[in-house]
Amino acid sequence: MQPAYAKIAKDPRFADLVSKRNRFAVALSLIVLAVFSAFVFVAVALPGVFSARIDAGSAWTWGLIAGWLIQIFAFLITGVYTLRANGEFDPAIRSIIAEATK
Amino acid sequence: MKRFNLLLASGLSGLMFSTGAFAAGEAISGAVEKQPINVTAIIMFLVFVAGTLGLTYWAASRTRSTSDFYTAGGGITGFQNGMAIAGDFMSAASFLGISGMIFGTGVDGLFYAAGFTIGWPLILFMIAERLRNLGRFTFADITSYRLDQTRIRSLSAFGALSVVLFYLVAQMVGAGKLIQLLFGLDYAYAVVLVGVLMVLYVTFGGMLATTWVQITKAILLLLGCTVMVGLALAYFGFNPSALIQSAIDNHPRKEAMLQPSATLADPLNAVSLGLALMCGAAGLPHILMRFFTVPDAVAARKSVFYATGFIAYFYILTITIGLAAVTIIGTNPAFFDAAGKLIGGGNMAAVHLAKALGGDAFLGFISAVAFATILAVVSGLALAGASAVSHDLYANVIMKGKATGAQEMRVSRIATFAIGALGIVLGLAFENQNIAFMVGLAFGVAASVNFPVLFLSIFWKNVTSRGAFIGGFLGLISAIAFVVLGPTVWVSLLHHEKPIFPYEQYALFSMTIAFVSIWFFSVTDKSARAAEDKAGFPEQFIRSETGLGAAAASDH
Repeated sequence: MQPAYAKIAKDPRFADLVSKRNRFAVALSLIVLAVFSAFVFVAVALPGVFSARIDAGSAWTWGLIAGWLIQIFAFLITGVYTLRANGEFDPAIRSIIAEATK
Repeated sequence: MKRFNLLLASGLSGLMFSTGAFAAGEAISGAVEKQPINVTAIIMFLVFVAGTLGLTYWAASRTRSTSDFYTAGGGITGFQNGMAIAGDFMSAASFLGISGMIFGTGVDGLFYAAGFTIGWPLILFMIAERLRNLGRFTFADITSYRLDQTRIRSLSAFGALSVVLFYLVAQMVGAGKLIQLLFGLDYAYAVVLVGVLMVLYVTFGGMLATTWVQITKAILLLLGCTVMVGLALAYFGFNPSALIQSAIDNHPRKEAMLQPSATLADPLNAVSLGLALMCGAAGLPHILMRFFTVPDAVAARKSVFYATGFIAYFYILTITIGLAAVTIIGTNPAFFDAAGKLIGGGNMAAVHLAKALGGDAFLGFISAVAFATILAVVSGLALAGASAVSHDLYANVIMKGKATGAQEMRVSRIATFAIGALGIVLGLAFENQNIAFMVGLAFGVAASVNFPVLFLSIFWKNVTSRGAFIGGFLGLISAIAFVVLGPTVWVSLLHHEKPIFPYEQYALFSMTIAFVSIWFFSVTDKSARAAEDKAGFPEQFIRSETGLGAAAASDH
């Protein structure tokens, strides 16, 4: 292993950062899978709920609203990860690399 | 009259074919009726071609090194790359297919739209930045990072080439049929035109031209859809609730359109389809290579963020277009033939809507954009295929990394030319064949060969060359076997009574075979090479997590 890699491997901040980032990524992935599964489950198992109107005077159904919102949700959750990873994790990585390669 | 299923014109949504939801029997199955020549559409398309050739001319002056050719020198920004990734996703198939599904069946279209979008957050959380940190030009750079160059790189290059060829043929046939329907021109013209333009973009402009063609098309498509939704909302007095109520009243299934149809109810097929869509996307070489065009992990994340935004916006528009078409097209007899079927087939709802709302000029615009979409996708495919030949097979496997940049470039250009010629020949040969299964195969190979090897080589320290090679190979065999023995080919095409393999969607099975056999043949591997493979993991891990050493990727 090159010396810079060996230094990073021994740096406790590296192990911390990787586990913090992995926990975050796994948690967000589980949220995404849960939301998508719930959407499909309700549609297939409870079609009555899926096609119910949100109120008597409107043609909007819960299913249609959910179909629209899940698109927006996917966008927002990629934003959440990108913000934290680019704003918090990457500067930390850069300082670990800077120290290991100096 | 046998109708062409436009889904073929596909991007990622190819698997929809084999779900039955899109009348798989009719898919790409035979001749379509040539329509009268549409002058507006042809003029608009020629303007697009002139513009993109101009782009290629500009890109050609900036494409000198191998890094320029494969990855646009790593100088694409996160926003531009996001737009290009979204462009790859926003295919003619999703546009016409999902709106057509809402038009014909109802809310089923929502599930496909959600399934396509929801894979992107997962790609971001799990692999986007690691791809950028580990790879240079092709995804085989990653799979063979610490594993045996000869075997694993060959396997990945072969996986990439199979996906490219299956997909390319499907696109070529789709282009030919689409141009008959939308432009009123001959099939052969379309196939040759697509082949020639694709070779021009890629050989002269490399990744830079390919990316900008994709970005241009993405902007035009989003613009076209936005205008269409605006006009549709105006039709209903800007009252979305009225639009929905009217769609329910005029839909052939009435209130039942608000609930999923029976085709979605089989859980095994549904899970299998979901897996193929998510994991297949993460195994398509022309999508994966986009992550090497940005300078670093920060830009790679931004690309996915922007891409997901554009894709989400696009699907919201597409769903609305489908709902609006139920009323505006569904109640207008002018759009139906004597037998009461929608002219041009069920996937033409969005195209008819363009005519109903914006007249011939808007119809011409949307037709030109649909055709431009195919052109943009095939260019990406040709580039991915050429990279597999020149960078993986030639430079690394045959020349053992000793080829000069100039030699590698020459091979990549010859390869692009050969892929273009092969695409044209096969496109012409398959004109009247039902080749829907080819799209299923492309996704199957991506999900069962490319994805498992890529995923495990990044994350699992104990994977060995032997395990990855045997497992990837078994994934390949099983994907092909399940397609041939399944309902699509064995029954629909070969006219046997019953399929030997009963499921239309097979990814769950072939992926399990690939993952389990990679695991088994890795843990039982006691060779010296296995020890070497495992010893390489710590360094690879640090690079994949930090990007240290990856900066060299954009140097020449």
